[in-house]
Amino acid sequence: MSAPPSEREQQVLDRIERARKRRAKVREERITLSHGAGGKATQTLVEAVFLDAFRNPLLAPLEDAAAFTVDGARLALTTDSFVVSPLFFPGGNIGDLAVNGTVNDLAVSGARPLHLSTGFILEEGFPVADLIRVVDSMRAAADAAGVAIVTGDTKVVQRGKADGCYVNTAGVGVREHPGELGAATVRPGDAVLVSGPIGEHGVTVMLARGELDIEADLVSDTAPLHGLVAGLLAAAPGVRAMRDATRGGVATILNEVARAADVAVVVDEEAVPVAAEVRGASELLGIDPLYVACEGRLVAFVDGAHADAALAAMRAHPLGRQAAVIGRVRPDPPGLVLLNTTFGGTRICDLLVGDPLPRIC
Amino acid sequence: MRFVDEFRDADKARALSAKITSLCEPGREYKFMEVCGGHTHTIYKHGLEDYLPENITLVHGPGCPVCVIPMGRIDDSIHIARRPGVLMTSFGDMMRVPGSGGNFFDSNAEGTNIRMVYSPLDSLKVARQNPDMHVVFMAIGFETTAPSTAMTLLRAEREGIENFSVFCNHITIIPAIKAILDSPDLRLDGFIGPGHVSTVIGCRPYEFIARDYGKPIVVSGFEPLDILQSIYLLMLQLREGRAEVENQYSRVVPWDGNRTALRVIAETMELRPYFEWRGLGFISHSALRIRGKYARFDAELKFEVPGVRVADPKACQCGEVLKGVLKPWECKVFGTACTPETPIGTCMVSPEGACAAYYNFGRFTRTRVREASLS
Repeated sequence: MSAPPSEREQQVLDRIERARKRRAKVREERITLSHGAGGKATQTLVEAVFLDAFRNPLLAPLEDAAAFTVDGARLALTTDSFVVSPLFFPGGNIGDLAVNGTVNDLAVSGARPLHLSTGFILEEGFPVADLIRVVDSMRAAADAAGVAIVTGDTKVVQRGKADGCYVNTAGVGVREHPGELGAATVRPGDAVLVSGPIGEHGVTVMLARGELDIEADLVSDTAPLHGLVAGLLAAAPGVRAMRDATRGGVATILNEVARAADVAVVVDEEAVPVAAEVRGASELLGIDPLYVACEGRLVAFVDGAHADAALAAMRAHPLGRQAAVIGRVRPDPPGLVLLNTTFGGTRICDLLVGDPLPRIC
Repeated sequence: MRFVDEFRDADKARALSAKITSLCEPGREYKFMEVCGGHTHTIYKHGLEDYLPENITLVHGPGCPVCVIPMGRIDDSIHIARRPGVLMTSFGDMMRVPGSGGNFFDSNAEGTNIRMVYSPLDSLKVARQNPDMHVVFMAIGFETTAPSTAMTLLRAEREGIENFSVFCNHITIIPAIKAILDSPDLRLDGFIGPGHVSTVIGCRPYEFIARDYGKPIVVSGFEPLDILQSIYLLMLQLREGRAEVENQYSRVVPWDGNRTALRVIAETMELRPYFEWRGLGFISHSALRIRGKYARFDAELKFEVPGVRVADPKACQCGEVLKGVLKPWECKVFGTACTPETPIGTCMVSPEGACAAYYNFGRFTRTRVREASLS
């Protein structure tokens, strides 16, 4: 055992703790790219600006979708905007990404997706043929997910004011699952599962930008997860929370849940499924796959007693064949994600400030 | 994955850990500095300290080039980037290092165009693609990255690229190590020597550390087993009363370095009389500038660089933390004026720096984390 902190050291620690508890404040005078990366900067922006202004009980849990009831109908509502570059990449394009993203936000909230809306912001000069490709992919993705795109909007901005094409989707779903899901319900003893190998979308898009002289046989993992979720909820009543691991990757999700539930999440690095190509590219670039975006993978927190059933249900679905239990929830230290490394050590797996940045040495 | 997994084998780590422990003399404290930021990253990423007995402490050294660049040079870079028609390039981890008025991301939010590149040579590609812009590569790093900047200058000249220059911030490792060794209150028992720098400069430049200061140094690779083995070699030297330069990373580092790389650096760059280091102050002959022969590619001559000096606040005690004299929380400005959001010294800039790590996680002792993870 290391010695307990001295009185002076404790005073310093207490001062830091007080600073940490103060309300989040955006220090920057202008928006930077870090504010959009899903890490600490995004979290601060959401809490200090949006949550502060819109404060209401449906928004406050900051789940992937808002859950509410209208005349006895249990509904979920979500929205998401897509600004991916390049617009077309191996395994998908901005269109199927936009449909799958909203379908997944509803699915992980325990809702069956019903109807979607979409909004397009198009740049002057954008090829109509490309727009048709995007829209065709959206229709195909909507068909696959059993949803209809029932309303929409189009705006065109001057050349140079947008990057070709931005897409927004919003979706409404019905929560047929009787339980209340949510990060705050996660408790010690729960198992942490991921539905498949992580980081494939993020690495695919990074390579598709063509700035790195790396080639790999990789495609985006973009896919609708509603079918996998339905199987999981039917097989494992002890599912407490699910999140799709998009921006910020699996590590960001785990941190959000650890904070919301005031628990520790302990992950075994060796158990986390990562494709060899993703690992290789990440090693070369000096980034950690745990922070790389997926677009068709979810993280589920399940009562430990139902972990085996949950895993079997995920693996029974084509999108979950490589699902794995990657960790456990512990009581202490609350709010932290710990990683047992393959090497046999332990480290704290914190939120990043912004995007993972390549290291120079 | 081949060539990676072999160097992360937990069984071999346990065996090395037992050998290290057996070399510890009871009641003696050992402090080793890993000079290089890449080593710090490995130690942190793999949780390597769990394999060390309690009486061995690793002190994170000054070898993270983005962390030791003074705020003034970042302000100067942003000043250049603000000039009309300038497109600046730099390495990814430079983007978030704060100057006195914010980092490169903040600066881009104000209208500059500073882009990440993976190699200085990519800057030439950017220059060719943007003939109407002047591309300035903000060069940074030790002898590790200086050769690629040198190659870029040579290629720019050969290909006659006119819309390109370099804002040179290259630094050299030996004077920084010497500055630490010269401190009268030094508490270090030995050094884990920088691996990538040594692929260029070789092992000979470290001989003075053993000869004049009586401290062992082991040049180390970057995989976790490399570092554990280097610690074992340091412990063995101490046990046997030796102080030598050893090369654990012989699969990559030649004893005499890489002559071609040294030649291209010497061809294009020369030592500056002095350069300022964040947290360490001015150190003579510790940085490189572009030689007169290549002056037309020197952004410092091409643009009016204000030469901003943002003095480290007097209370900053980074030097003492780096030397292992003070613990982070003992520094006068720790957690008040100096926080990860508003870092003053190098130890707070990098998330793996000693002070940033302590600020974020000091409330959880390693023991508590270890116990929680195993429970």
